[in-house]
Amino acid sequence: MSEAATGNGQNGSLDGHAGENLLELKNLKMHFPIKAGVLRRTVGHVKAVDGVNLEIRKGETLGLVGESGCGKSTLARLVLRLLEPTEGEVLFEGEDILGYDRKRMLGVRRNMQIIFQDPYASLNPRMSVGNIIAEPLKTHHVSEGSERKKRVQELLEVVGLSPEHYNRYPHEFSGGQRQRIGVARAIALNPRLIICDEPVSALDVSIQAQVVNLLEDLQKEFDLTYVFIAHDLSVVKHISDRVAVMYLGKIVEVADRKDLYANPRHPYTASLLSAIPVPDPRKERERQRVVLTGDVPSPANPPSGCPFHTRCPRAQDYCKKNTPPLELQGTPQDGENHLAACFFPVKEGQRIEEAATSTPYRVE
Amino acid sequence: MSEAVTAEGSQTQTIRPRERRLAGFWRRFKRNRLALVGLVIVGIMLLTAALAPLIAPSDPQAQDYALTLQPPGVGGLMGTDSLGGDVFSRVVFGARISLISSLISVGIALLIGVPVGLTAGYFRGIWDEWIVMRVVDSLQAFPFLILALVIAAILGGGLGYAMIAIGIGFIPAFVRITRAQVLTVRSLDYVDAARAIGTGHVGIMLRHVLPNSLPPLLVQTTLAVGYAIIAEATLSFLGLGAEPGQPSWGSMLFQAQSYLTTAWWMAFFPGMAIFFAVLGFNLLGDGVREALDPRTYD
Repeated sequence: MSEAATGNGQNGSLDGHAGENLLELKNLKMHFPIKAGVLRRTVGHVKAVDGVNLEIRKGETLGLVGESGCGKSTLARLVLRLLEPTEGEVLFEGEDILGYDRKRMLGVRRNMQIIFQDPYASLNPRMSVGNIIAEPLKTHHVSEGSERKKRVQELLEVVGLSPEHYNRYPHEFSGGQRQRIGVARAIALNPRLIICDEPVSALDVSIQAQVVNLLEDLQKEFDLTYVFIAHDLSVVKHISDRVAVMYLGKIVEVADRKDLYANPRHPYTASLLSAIPVPDPRKERERQRVVLTGDVPSPANPPSGCPFHTRCPRAQDYCKKNTPPLELQGTPQDGENHLAACFFPVKEGQRIEEAATSTPYRVE
Repeated sequence: MSEAVTAEGSQTQTIRPRERRLAGFWRRFKRNRLALVGLVIVGIMLLTAALAPLIAPSDPQAQDYALTLQPPGVGGLMGTDSLGGDVFSRVVFGARISLISSLISVGIALLIGVPVGLTAGYFRGIWDEWIVMRVVDSLQAFPFLILALVIAAILGGGLGYAMIAIGIGFIPAFVRITRAQVLTVRSLDYVDAARAIGTGHVGIMLRHVLPNSLPPLLVQTTLAVGYAIIAEATLSFLGLGAEPGQPSWGSMLFQAQSYLTTAWWMAFFPGMAIFFAVLGFNLLGDGVREALDPRTYD
């Protein structure tokens, strides 16, 4: 809790890694207007993403977890500029891409792709698999004619499908196979970053593992960086190097995977993790489970102060009035950094509902 | 949306290539007896129109004042009209006029309505909400026939203007259907995927949005052709469409008005022709809609 680290911690930037960041989000906000009445006047805003600071390092997999509706998918769409943010910066390789015109953006799109959650909605049912995978090649004028077809068939093989599937249509495939087609489309241009928006959530558990393994193999082979969005904590634990936890449009905790799963600092993360059953029955009986009360507050009218205070077992009056910044927890060991946005972070071995010190460690 | 259901349904089956998809459409279509009747009627009408000069025993425009108002049998298959024209020949050639004029008017509606609905639904914003939809709303405030009548009256008489008037009358319906469908399709993930790839707006609209918006449009088109036949007949009947001499079913009815009690055949045969043509297109349209509906898949 050193004061010196706080300044850096606030915008999620870490000195030692600044040069290695592939993607950096700065104070990113997406406020959707709520319109009502005949005149369609704006009567409020849904703060889907509300000031996100995040950095993604080259070659890593950053897991992004959070409840439904916390803004994970909106964040993914902001990064790809499928939505234009209300405020903030998206730095890809150090350059803010939000100001890019169509032509320059096209260059960025080559390097940034997305895999969607729903394998049924993400493939055009009226296009053959060959045409679906060829679309990025066509748009970016990569290869022509028979060469392009060869490349598409190559891609089909890379993702574990048969080149003979070239002329088939999406409805002839199962969910897992369709997801593979989506993966082939995403890697067609050899991108550097792939946003995986809950790529396995819609799949059967047995198929999930196959797709996750495929993604891992591809990462090694093509040196990919992933942002892996999910709400399945075990999948995220398996695939991620670092994990970011999102709550009500804000990042509440970011840490190295091991660190986060072993020592969650934010009470929200801690209660999420406490819901994971342990396969050992004796340990399972002793496991502390924190059941959060109430629902996620509406992002149209988020609580004052810390967004989590309405459900937090550790919340104090102080939390209602002040918004905790995302800052460094403890001392960085071996260059690892653990960021959390909480005034009363959970300490190692502490029970979550145990009230911390009666005064926050940092009172203005 | 419906595609997802389709895909899920066929998942258990093995491979179903594209040709089989068409075959599946035909299989579901022919299960519907009435749709087959519609197809046969439309088929006969198309053949009649195409082969009119071979079928008709005489020139439809010919007049023979020595042989006016002859009943069927004496004066040919369907009798003769008040000017001595052969009713059968006129009905046969009338199929041509009806088909061509209805196809052209529906074509006009498609040509204008679909691009407008597509761009309005795709881009949304002021163009869509304040201009396109408000104009469509105000056009739809008038009953279709009144609208077509007013436009035809403003443009002046003649079959050509009648076609344009009917076409304009259909535009609002086509804009609405296209737009509604586009609104659904454009929020699907594959559209976002195309945007993430960098495909331009035109490419997305033509490759992704339009093809997936087609089924309801196809149904609307078939139904509109039937309705256009009535509209053309109505305008011709009111003297705003085909000239009296032209063998249009509507203008034949117009001509038959004063002879309803004395020469029933003058009105009966063109009337039946209109009835069957409209029935045929409606049954066909219903059949197409049912065959495209994923709930009828097995």
